[in-house]
Amino acid sequence: MRLTQGTFSYLPDLTDAQISKQIEYALGKGWALGIEYTDDPHPRNTYWEMWGLPMFDLHDAAGVMQEVTACRAAHAQKYVRINAFDATHGWETVRLSFIVHRPTDEPGFKLERTEDRGRTIRYTLHAYATDKPPGRRYG
Amino acid sequence: MADPASASPPGSRRVDLRTLYAESEIGSLLAELDNDLVGLEPVKRRIREIAAFLLVTRAREQLGFSSGAPTLHMAFTGNPGTGKTTVALRMAGILHRLGFIRKGHLVSVTRDDLVGQYIGHTAPKTKEILKRAMGGVLFIDEAYYLHRPENEKDYGQEAIEILLQVMENQRDDLTVILAGYQDRMDRFFESNPGFRSRIAHHVHFPDFADAELLNIVEKLAHQAEYRLSEDARVALRDYIAQRRQQPNFANARSIRNAFDRSRLRQAMRLVEIGAEIGADDLVTIEAADIRGSSVFATALPKSSS
Repeated sequence: MRLTQGTFSYLPDLTDAQISKQIEYALGKGWALGIEYTDDPHPRNTYWEMWGLPMFDLHDAAGVMQEVTACRAAHAQKYVRINAFDATHGWETVRLSFIVHRPTDEPGFKLERTEDRGRTIRYTLHAYATDKPPGRRYG
Repeated sequence: MADPASASPPGSRRVDLRTLYAESEIGSLLAELDNDLVGLEPVKRRIREIAAFLLVTRAREQLGFSSGAPTLHMAFTGNPGTGKTTVALRMAGILHRLGFIRKGHLVSVTRDDLVGQYIGHTAPKTKEILKRAMGGVLFIDEAYYLHRPENEKDYGQEAIEILLQVMENQRDDLTVILAGYQDRMDRFFESNPGFRSRIAHHVHFPDFADAELLNIVEKLAHQAEYRLSEDARVALRDYIAQRRQQPNFANARSIRNAFDRSRLRQAMRLVEIGAEIGADDLVTIEAADIRGSSVFATALPKSSS
């Protein structure tokens, strides 16, 4: 099952040229770009691993693309995303976040039902991939 | 159906360079350059060449010939104060307006910014700088400090290797300008032949002539809203001739400093008058403000002996 998280998640995967353009847009707005990767695709997992520090002071997408390529090569079987952080007062948050790389095989999620008091059903998601220990989850 | 341009035989297609020239900003750019920078003929010639090359590249593109991105890495050599840094700062803007680089910003670095302090520190540091310079110009002032032949374990070599790799593989993304004094740059290139061959443009900055230096002071004075009296101009001509004989003469930089000091002496003179003064007094630099320099004090006994 294809993971859909962040901006553009219902579009086909962006090509490198399209990713470049999105980065240009973010840089034009003065946002700092950060690259993150993970092998725990749960939607509530907000803490992905950082690939280096967020990149401030960049002017051109080529620098970010270089890091994206390096991160993809090092973590070919993990998810990689780009975050664009807006540091302006009042925002101070991620304004744009999208996946730029995914593992070749995505097993998807299981819906878990827990029976609670008064026959209430509570639902949660469980990623099949996380059955295996970190580092051995994909491929 | 075939494109009519490619269907006709190669020799018969025509393109008007004059229209292309008018469309681009090249004319205004070159005029501005001539106006703002005194002297520096070799530099201006090279910029004109690059501009002409751009024009021809565009014309070639219109007629469907291939046009690879040219290597634009440059090395600026010359004595202190000959305008290397000034030109490098403008070069980013020039190349951007000519359309060779995408962003037109300049990242100015020295050895400290590229070379780390312990093993494994250099590569991330250099890459960080390179990333920031993407789409613009990376200016490395006094580049020869990167290479320290007396210390084999120096991390400078690592920075050089990363630089060379990016200069070769990402020519479209980044232009590197190295600057430094002639003799040391020559030695630097000798010990790093890879650098020499990857730099297409070696531009030498000649020393300024006396008349050019005078011209520079007048431009500086004009910018700062000062005026040189006729006597002051004569005094300044003497000053330049004298200063040139003395050690540590740094061309335009020495002369700029002299101008700044003469402003101080002018201020002192006016304060000592202490009375009502006119707007003319405030903007005029007199001969006395220049003759007060220690350059004349040390030079006079020598010439009389």
